[in-house]
Amino acid sequence: MMYVLQQLVNAVQLGSIYALIALGYSMVYGVLFMVNFAHGDVFMVGAFVAFFAATLLKLPFVPTLLLSMLGTAFLGMTIERVAYRPLRTAPKLSVVITAWGVGLFLEYITLASLGPWRRTLPPLLPEQVYEIQEVRISALQLIIIGVSIGLMVLLDFVVERTQEGMAMRAIAYDRFAVPLMGVPVNRIISLTFAIGSGLAAAGGTLFSTAYPIIEPMMGMMIGWKAFIAAVVGGIGSIRGAVVGAFLLGLIEIGTGAIFPSRLRDLISFVVVWIILMIKPTGFFGVARRQKV
Amino acid sequence: MKKYYVPLGLIGLFIVLTGASWLGLFSDYIQTVLIFMGINVILTVSLNLVNGYMGEFSVGHAGFMAIGAYITAIITTRVIPHFVLGAPLIPTGLYPPEVGTWAKGPAVQLVFPVILLLGGLGAALAGLLVAVPSFKIRGDYLAIITLAFNYIVKSSFENTQALGGSRGLVSIPRITTVPWVFLWAVVSLWAIRNFIYSSYGRGVLAIREDEIAAELMTVNTRRSKILAFCISSFFAGIGGGLLAHLLLYINPTTFSIFKSTEVLVMVYLGGMSSVSGSLLGAIAYTVLVEVLRPLGLWKWVVIPLLLIFLMLFRREGIYGGREFKLLLPKEEVKGYASATD
Repeated sequence: MMYVLQQLVNAVQLGSIYALIALGYSMVYGVLFMVNFAHGDVFMVGAFVAFFAATLLKLPFVPTLLLSMLGTAFLGMTIERVAYRPLRTAPKLSVVITAWGVGLFLEYITLASLGPWRRTLPPLLPEQVYEIQEVRISALQLIIIGVSIGLMVLLDFVVERTQEGMAMRAIAYDRFAVPLMGVPVNRIISLTFAIGSGLAAAGGTLFSTAYPIIEPMMGMMIGWKAFIAAVVGGIGSIRGAVVGAFLLGLIEIGTGAIFPSRLRDLISFVVVWIILMIKPTGFFGVARRQKV
Repeated sequence: MKKYYVPLGLIGLFIVLTGASWLGLFSDYIQTVLIFMGINVILTVSLNLVNGYMGEFSVGHAGFMAIGAYITAIITTRVIPHFVLGAPLIPTGLYPPEVGTWAKGPAVQLVFPVILLLGGLGAALAGLLVAVPSFKIRGDYLAIITLAFNYIVKSSFENTQALGGSRGLVSIPRITTVPWVFLWAVVSLWAIRNFIYSSYGRGVLAIREDEIAAELMTVNTRRSKILAFCISSFFAGIGGGLLAHLLLYINPTTFSIFKSTEVLVMVYLGGMSSVSGSLLGAIAYTVLVEVLRPLGLWKWVVIPLLLIFLMLFRREGIYGGREFKLLLPKEEVKGYASATD
């Protein structure tokens, strides 16, 4: 029983990081109906920015997090402006391929310029471990879960209760009527990318504090997993992204506890396959009707 | 130009290439590059069938390659030595060095196409795994399915110790040569071109344009999808088998998402929905990789940039949607001429 609770804590920690990244996927899909395949690598860039902020500028945790989020938000907006906006009217496939290319470009330019060796964040957070009835939670895990949930609450506030958030939801609902209503669509889309990338960067920073490996290829696997989490929850739906992410975290930790850890990724992918076969639009996704 | 120029030209090219490689006129390096070119042609045209002609977004091509490669390599390094030399089917230690000696004789040239066919058939069977979900799922979701497929295949091979695990298979005998690759490249181009201009192929094109309308117009979309995916994965398996017998060792990381991406770049570089484009794209990409070799790691920065620039500035690639008149069947050429006159 205590073992299960322990694994539950681990699953929530993993799930909250996935959720931060999956939210970016869902938000961009919501407004643009494109899958931003570069998002996983934006997560990686966020981790690297945090690394440099912590080691070169010797910043403590909160400024590192903020700097990483800001820098990566800027990167996200630049990517949108340079690579996606010119293809707004192009067939959807072109944007997806471009996104794929941007992701690879980010990976390899980091690899070529910064080298493949793994880096570690210096310890930024207190190293206490609390024990509640044989379930050990470290301060690290609490902070990760806390910051993630805090950011998600903040996102919910922005999306539900601000004008910009309302504009985002409007664009997701009907992209062509919204500009007629005086909404600066390009600016809102840039904002969406900025928020999505900022959240991914937060995920990257938190991830690097928990797992001490920062390397150029880290975004690939985690990015795919977060994407799958967003799809399982129903891509385009913010609630779905969070649910899918925590579900994926549970599945991963659960299978890791039962099966050998080598098979963890494999089983997660197979489970996702099965879920998509049963419910192709994910849990909260809305099946888009196609008029004939 | 008369129609028989094409077969004559091909036979002539075959003689030239085979003669040159036998006489040793090509250095090992050039031979390897030519073989890579041929394999890339096979991979590109097979992916073009699904991504270009059927309009899907399949990013798991390396998974089919892996299956073809592993099947052919298992036959060459385990099954045949077991029957011919009495070697164990699952080696307990390092490979005994005699494992590849059976391949020294001339008999191997007769067996090789059969081995490749078996690899291709295995890959085609796996193509069903992707074809069946594609009945209901399209677009981005199918991309995930194909991605998951690629990853599941790679991960399954990594976790199967009997097949070498992450170390993979070694001591694969070198059977791939320039003539073989040329032959299979021609076969794949010819087969897929004929498929496209047949009624099955028209069905595939119809699915790309409007699946529901195609279904209404008596196109059996399920059968067309199965055919397209299975033919595509068949040739990918053959490409994988040829690659295995060129590299002489394979491990799961050879067939990762990056390999799938390389084939994607070749397809979009050459142009979607174009057999000639696939040929050009594969050749151009192979040459580009060799030309950029001095850049080292920065080569892999240039290639995604190439993809981005293609999408931004020339979406149709080199020859998208068009074909060389020579490669079109006779009936098509007549229609071509009258449309432009």
